[in-house]
Amino acid sequence: MEKYLYIALFAPLVSSLFSALFTATPKKTFTGIVASLLIFSAFASSTVLLMYILNGGEPVHVEMMTWMATGDLYIPFGFVVDQISVTMMMVVTLVSTVVHIYSIGYMDHDKGFNRFFSYLSAFVFSMMILVMSDNYAGLFIGWEGVGLCSWLLIGFWFHKESATWAANEAFIMNRIADLGMLVGIFLIYWNTGTLQYEGSFEAFAHLDTETLSWIGIFLFIGAMGKSAQFPLHTWLADAMEGPTPVSALIHAATMVTAGVYLVVRSNELYSLIPHVGLFIASLGAFVALFAASMALVNRDMKRVIAYSTLSQLGYMFAAAGLGAYWVALFHLMAHAFFKALLFLGAGNVMHAMDSELDPFKMGGLKKVMKWTYIMMTLASVALAGIFPLAGFFSKDTILEAAFAEHHFIIYSVLLFTAGLTAFYSFRLTALIFEGEERYKLFGIHPHEAYKFMLVGMSPLLILAIIAGAFRTTFFEMVEELLSAVEYHIHSEVTLWIMTIGTQAFVVLAIIFAYKKYNNSRISVPDGTSKMENSFAYKLLINQYYIPYAYDKYLVAPYRELSDIFWTHIDMKIVDASVDGIAGIVYGTGEKTRTMQSGNLSTMLTWMVAGTLGMLSLAVVFGLAVRYSGEILAILSGLGV
Amino acid sequence: MMEIGLNHYLVLSTILFAIGLVGVMRRKNLLLLFFATEILLNSVNIAFAAISHFYGDLTGQMFAFFVIAIAASEVAVGLGLLIVWHKRHGNIDLDNLATMKG
Repeated sequence: MEKYLYIALFAPLVSSLFSALFTATPKKTFTGIVASLLIFSAFASSTVLLMYILNGGEPVHVEMMTWMATGDLYIPFGFVVDQISVTMMMVVTLVSTVVHIYSIGYMDHDKGFNRFFSYLSAFVFSMMILVMSDNYAGLFIGWEGVGLCSWLLIGFWFHKESATWAANEAFIMNRIADLGMLVGIFLIYWNTGTLQYEGSFEAFAHLDTETLSWIGIFLFIGAMGKSAQFPLHTWLADAMEGPTPVSALIHAATMVTAGVYLVVRSNELYSLIPHVGLFIASLGAFVALFAASMALVNRDMKRVIAYSTLSQLGYMFAAAGLGAYWVALFHLMAHAFFKALLFLGAGNVMHAMDSELDPFKMGGLKKVMKWTYIMMTLASVALAGIFPLAGFFSKDTILEAAFAEHHFIIYSVLLFTAGLTAFYSFRLTALIFEGEERYKLFGIHPHEAYKFMLVGMSPLLILAIIAGAFRTTFFEMVEELLSAVEYHIHSEVTLWIMTIGTQAFVVLAIIFAYKKYNNSRISVPDGTSKMENSFAYKLLINQYYIPYAYDKYLVAPYRELSDIFWTHIDMKIVDASVDGIAGIVYGTGEKTRTMQSGNLSTMLTWMVAGTLGMLSLAVVFGLAVRYSGEILAILSGLGV
Repeated sequence: MMEIGLNHYLVLSTILFAIGLVGVMRRKNLLLLFFATEILLNSVNIAFAAISHFYGDLTGQMFAFFVIAIAASEVAVGLGLLIVWHKRHGNIDLDNLATMKG
């Protein structure tokens, strides 16, 4: 089994290095094909490992080599494939295989084709390290690796000012959170003396609640950055500047779920500190609602999906915070399938519409893009959580968990958000695919994407439809490791009312969205309608003014402070002292160069003067040493 | 009549050394510069010989011979260079010898 572990881990690295060989050359289709094949081999190995684990095999644990060993500190490059990591490996490799194949078509006309595959595979490698590592230090390496690749890929079109800005924003926001995570890791090492999951989990049982809470809080700060939870959420929507396959892979299916993975992985820690868990759950529920509300009005197709991702991450954290780790992981998996599908569909639409992102300028696309229409609609149905698609099983279980744990506020917030989710998803599909063909006004001639891209997307479509069927299998697999429980609502009737009620609510939201946006009266908003001037709309379209507030109250003062430090401290103290030293050296050189007259007599005179000087110094010091006792007596007499 | 002792020799040596040093610094004629160098070296030789006699140890006198040998070879090389210089430039004035000016 170790063989498969190494293939799954290192095939993406080989793929990245191979593509990197051709970064300076023009587009070569074979880099895309080779990269896809290598990632597929990682997927196949992960499947073998999954089958092995499913058949009751022991978790595979290897220690490749020692990384650090100094004193009591021992950190190996160790990898573990257990029920949690194998789930993540499946999600990561499956989605990335699809995205690699899709990118061959999507990046067809891009000059950076080879470079793109190099970055994308490097991302997969980092993500594999993140999920497979058997200690927090290795996890942190992967954590930073995915951050770096995310930066590279958001800023892939670096000639665009907005793309570089968004890349930097994402990177800096993540740095802030990573500081918290690092502190958490240090605290773990400090208190348990090890960073291995096994060792530290055992030690957690003997620590006091306060220490554990701090560890939990700091680790969660790291998770908040990576998973874009409030208040570090602004980067995710801006990250949509990157190419769409990147959004599908990194900013929907895998990287942003790393925070959820961290919480799930540290479940033994968080089950000891339920109060921190409750905070996580409340924040998750809040973010779910908060992000969904922003998605309601946004006029950028990709941003709507990004907010939807944010909202679903909130669901996952709500589940994880309530102790339903397996539900969080299950929703993570199901979400990865339909959200990646949704993004790739959006990519097709963008291609067809010459990179137009405003759904109000589209409409009626179902005639020309039949398959994309079917895929996106089914993905939206799955996202909305309609029976029997994937979202129904995962999301309904989260609701049940919240209800069964008697957190009714969280339950109702999540239930309400489910309605909003359905509304904005179908607002989007209705605007894009139904109604009048508004794009004709803008002289765009849409066309369906390449056939192989559609075929490549089909595994995601199938999984988005059937993933719910794996619920029991999945539960049995992770049951032991995550100490999972099935949530049972005590009365059968309540359960039926809840399920049917939720379904009815969601279906009503869909119908409302279709009614509102699938008609011939829809036109491109020009800022004059009554709704657009209402306070709520302005609040939502401006993202609750949070980016402005950050800009005004954090970035601007920081900039001012930096300016002051620059002009006053850097220029006047640091630079001045360095320049001063250089000036002294230059000045002395300039003054003393006259000594170097080239005249032998003058030079000899200087030589004699120097010798005399040295000699007299030697005499003075010799005397001082000889009479040191007396000199000290005299000095102490003077009171020095 | 005062007996001539070690101190007298050392004073003589110091005086000669000072004369040599002034010569080295002040002379502008290359040939005289060599003379001054010889005075310097020989003042040291006097000190060596005197101290060697004072301690009854022959090492100092041996060292003086080495110094004489080295002085002879130095002068031989120096005079050779001096002649070449004189042939090229027609003078041996130190003030004209300033190609190393920085």
